[in-house]
Amino acid sequence: MQYALLIHNQPGIEEALPEPERAAAYAEYLALADDPRCIEAAQLQPVETVTSVRMTGGRTLVTDGPFADSKEVLGGFCLIEADHLDDALALAARIPAARFGGVIEIWPVVPR
Amino acid sequence: MTGLEQVFRDEWSRVLASLVGFLGDFERAEDAAQDAFTIAAQRWPTSGMPANPGAWLVTTARHRAIDRIRRDRTLAEKIQLLPVPEVVVDDIDDTVIKDERLELIFTCCHPALPLDGQVALTLRALGGLETAEIARAFLMSEETMKRRLSRAKNKIRLAGIPFAVPEARMLPDRVDAVLAVIYLIYNEGYQGRVDLGAEAIRLGRVLAGLLPTEPEVLGLLALMLTHHARRQARFAGDDLVLLDDQDRSLWDDALISDGRAALDRALALGGRGAYVVQAAIASLQMREAIDWPRVVALYQRLVQLTGSPVVELNQAVAVAQAGDPAAALRTVDRLDLGRYLYFHSTRGELLRRLGRRADARAAYERALELATSTPERRFLTRRLEDF
Repeated sequence: MQYALLIHNQPGIEEALPEPERAAAYAEYLALADDPRCIEAAQLQPVETVTSVRMTGGRTLVTDGPFADSKEVLGGFCLIEADHLDDALALAARIPAARFGGVIEIWPVVPR
Repeated sequence: MTGLEQVFRDEWSRVLASLVGFLGDFERAEDAAQDAFTIAAQRWPTSGMPANPGAWLVTTARHRAIDRIRRDRTLAEKIQLLPVPEVVVDDIDDTVIKDERLELIFTCCHPALPLDGQVALTLRALGGLETAEIARAFLMSEETMKRRLSRAKNKIRLAGIPFAVPEARMLPDRVDAVLAVIYLIYNEGYQGRVDLGAEAIRLGRVLAGLLPTEPEVLGLLALMLTHHARRQARFAGDDLVLLDDQDRSLWDDALISDGRAALDRALALGGRGAYVVQAAIASLQMREAIDWPRVVALYQRLVQLTGSPVVELNQAVAVAQAGDPAAALRTVDRLDLGRYLYFHSTRGELLRRLGRRADARAAYERALELATSTPERRFLTRRLEDF
């Protein structure tokens, strides 16, 4: 079944790592994107670049910033095909953000 | 409980586990198992019990499940709904039922489920308790408990929680999660009307049978057995009776020796984890003459393992029993447990022993303010009357 891994991290933490560690983390992200279970993976631009939109009373309301205001922001996502939740968990636990103060949410995807 | 009820209770988890493995769906498996048990309840009293009740139940349940799926499929085809999953019908073996209870335990105690859901599901699926019984045990309405169970089963299905023994890398954490659920059930045992203490021990015994070389599993079993052995002696009417004053003739010798055996096996396997250490402490405290310095040393190990201030409080009690109430009080006064009843009652007792009567009285009064249960209140009130 398919899962969306939403990678929430604390902005700046991974950028502030010493060079060898940062390079290692980057390599891990690339390896993850290359994992055969990974259908789609993307890194997102910083939170300052986010725009939200909603419709109220027929009017389009555009605002600066993400919907939820929290210390962690959505830094990237990954759509994977895994056998079951434990399989997805094992993959998610390898995402570097998980050990640098971030959190990975695992959302099961509604089958089409 | 009648003979038939006992058989049902004993067979339920094995039958359900086998069906979840076969059907890959918790809800369907439970419906099918329920069907089979209903048929058995109608037939067995007149036709007699089959030679292998478990195999009979599993086979009957499988046939019923397949019938249901066929019915659903016809219905689905008629109204053109989503396809119904295929079930392989041919590989039914009527005699050999694989024991898949371990898989079931790990599914029920999966950390992706909320803890209250894990507890309820474990009691339902492994313990074979009815939803109404579980609700009673937790002093909740049946409706609320039903919702809790169905939320948990829904998540298992939608999030793809596996029906499997976790791979080696995940196993230690997952075993810990299972043990936490069982211990939680045990500790709830003193509340409602259902004997959850005995239920938790039953689960502990099953788990120890399925994972015979895991010392912590044996440690938890030993701990529960040892505590449970004293349950008749812990109360005199509504009054709490402390270990020192308990009537040892009320202790359950069979449970004590089962507990001792489980602890010995855990130690022989090299177990030094938190449950094994707690079981060792409980076991030492069953002796006629308690070796307090050894209890203190075991608590020291437990403090290292858990970092818990409550454990430090218990260690301080052991230090006092070993003959040094002043050192015990120094430890207790360092602890940040001001909202904890036993912190104040322990301080009260230590201060009393040190002859500081006014301070002792104040501490007991503070403990009484925090007491919620009747036995606790009565106990503390009696203590205060002694001043």
